Amino acid sequence: MIELLGKLPGLGPRSARRAALHLLKKREALLEPLAQSLADAAAHVRTCGECGSLDTADPCALCSASSRDDGLICVVAEVGDVWALERAGAFRGRYHVLGGVLSALDGVRPEDLRIAKLVERARRPGVREVILALAATVDGQATAHFVSEHLSAIGVTVSRLSQGVPVGGELELLDDGTLLAALASRRAV
Amino acid sequence: MSARLWLADLRLTDFRSHAEFRLALDDRPVCLIGPNGAGKTNVLEAVSALGPGRGLRGAGLADMARAAGAETRPRGWVVFAEAVLDGDRHTLGVAAERTPDGGYKRTARLDGRTAPAAEAASLMRLSWVTPAMDRLFAGPPGDRRRFFDRLAFAFAPEHGAAAAAYERALRERQRLLDEGGASGAWLDGLEQEMSVHGAAVAQVRARTLKALAAEIAARPEGAFPKAVLGLTGPLESAFAAGAASADIEDDFAARLRAGRARDAAAGRALEGPHRTDLEVRHAAKDMPAAACSTGEQKALLLGIVLAHVRALAADPGAGPAILLLDEAAAHLDSARRAALFDELVDGPGQAWLTGTDAVLFEAFGLRAQKFELRDGAADAI
Repeated sequence: MIELLGKLPGLGPRSARRAALHLLKKREALLEPLAQSLADAAAHVRTCGECGSLDTADPCALCSASSRDDGLICVVAEVGDVWALERAGAFRGRYHVLGGVLSALDGVRPEDLRIAKLVERARRPGVREVILALAATVDGQATAHFVSEHLSAIGVTVSRLSQGVPVGGELELLDDGTLLAALASRRAV
Repeated sequence: MSARLWLADLRLTDFRSHAEFRLALDDRPVCLIGPNGAGKTNVLEAVSALGPGRGLRGAGLADMARAAGAETRPRGWVVFAEAVLDGDRHTLGVAAERTPDGGYKRTARLDGRTAPAAEAASLMRLSWVTPAMDRLFAGPPGDRRRFFDRLAFAFAPEHGAAAAAYERALRERQRLLDEGGASGAWLDGLEQEMSVHGAAVAQVRARTLKALAAEIAARPEGAFPKAVLGLTGPLESAFAAGAASADIEDDFAARLRAGRARDAAAGRALEGPHRTDLEVRHAAKDMPAAACSTGEQKALLLGIVLAHVRALAADPGAGPAILLLDEAAAHLDSARRAALFDELVDGPGQAWLTGTDAVLFEAFGLRAQKFELRDGAADAI
């Protein structure tokens, strides 16, 4: 058990031992319910065939919710990004999880990502805009460029998140690159 | 004028040859005197470890740990300093701690709390000259580029992030070109990234070059020969000529795209800021620095570094820097040494010098604090 826990992100061998000990001490309150929920997750959680997110249902709750806007697709790298956007509660359209970003150095190639499925979804009638919500890293931005090239033939509007001044941030403390990005993506008020 | 940035206290624990080492200081320049192997350079390296990056030897965290003999593996190390910046005292601690997987993790604390690297960088600006740089002008271009990037980094700490992003995109693009058959859209995306970050790198370099040239020009010809500096990169030249960033980016992206077949055949990208060289000429002699005598090269290098710390101190976005001069006095004749010391005494940041003999530092008189290093301890002399 310690060995397995130690393989979890953020846990080393020492914290894995502490977690294991804690679980064994709280057998009824923690260990057994956790074991049950792990088994449930293993049995029922699957990848949504539509958006690539994780849920017990396929299509997932986000894809089947009738209250969401079919005309907007927000493209993210990982399932965690969907959760982050949902936590913010600002987006009411559909999601598309690529399953990573392109990286020649890490061996992640276009065929490893769910790009073909995205193109298929974007072709559907009624889709107005695809929003690329990818990280502002070299790999994230190269992926955004790649995806937008593939969508450009379809005639759908492609947008990406703006980069610049963080909420609550002071201009004086920003580096030149961020300031330039903020200036480049300014908008009328 | 007293220094605007100086260390009032320096403590080393398990750093290189020093198990426990301490210096209590005032704001005058610091001279460390002792025979070879006394650990003088290790003290300078410890000061450089307080800033961002890999320090003046370019060493890894593990290399800086004291070898604890055969009985145990090396432990972590700690460098603690009390730094005074414009009259305000700050405590600054940098530690390399052992991690469970056997590596080292760097942690920095500023004024009693964990500090991001950028914050420590804004307090502890550093510049240095080491014996390893004696061949800088005659050596490979990569050494000069790294030297200049270090000067640029002190002006703009974000230079490091832009350079790393550029390097990443460059390597990714080359991997795709080497493998062949990659999608054009993917290459487009990476070249876009290379052009954005490459232009950012070139822009900071061009700005740094301008500031250095202005600082050098502002001084009369003195003991340190004036250098004429130039950067060979087309992006840097375009910025110097006042071109707009967006145009420079577009132009570079277009050239990368046109150069794909060439770069694939060469196995490396043949143009870009990663190929930029720093050209240095002896102004009065109108001669390349590499053709000057060893002593003149050292004097040119010191002249550039002195101009760098003056330019930093004058830049509203930067500030004073600590100057580390390892064995720098040895190559200079006595007149230049005296001129160097005069300049260091009036410098914006505290200077740290090493030498094997106290005679080298006589011209300082009482204007510097001198310590003899022996058996891991420092005695004031």
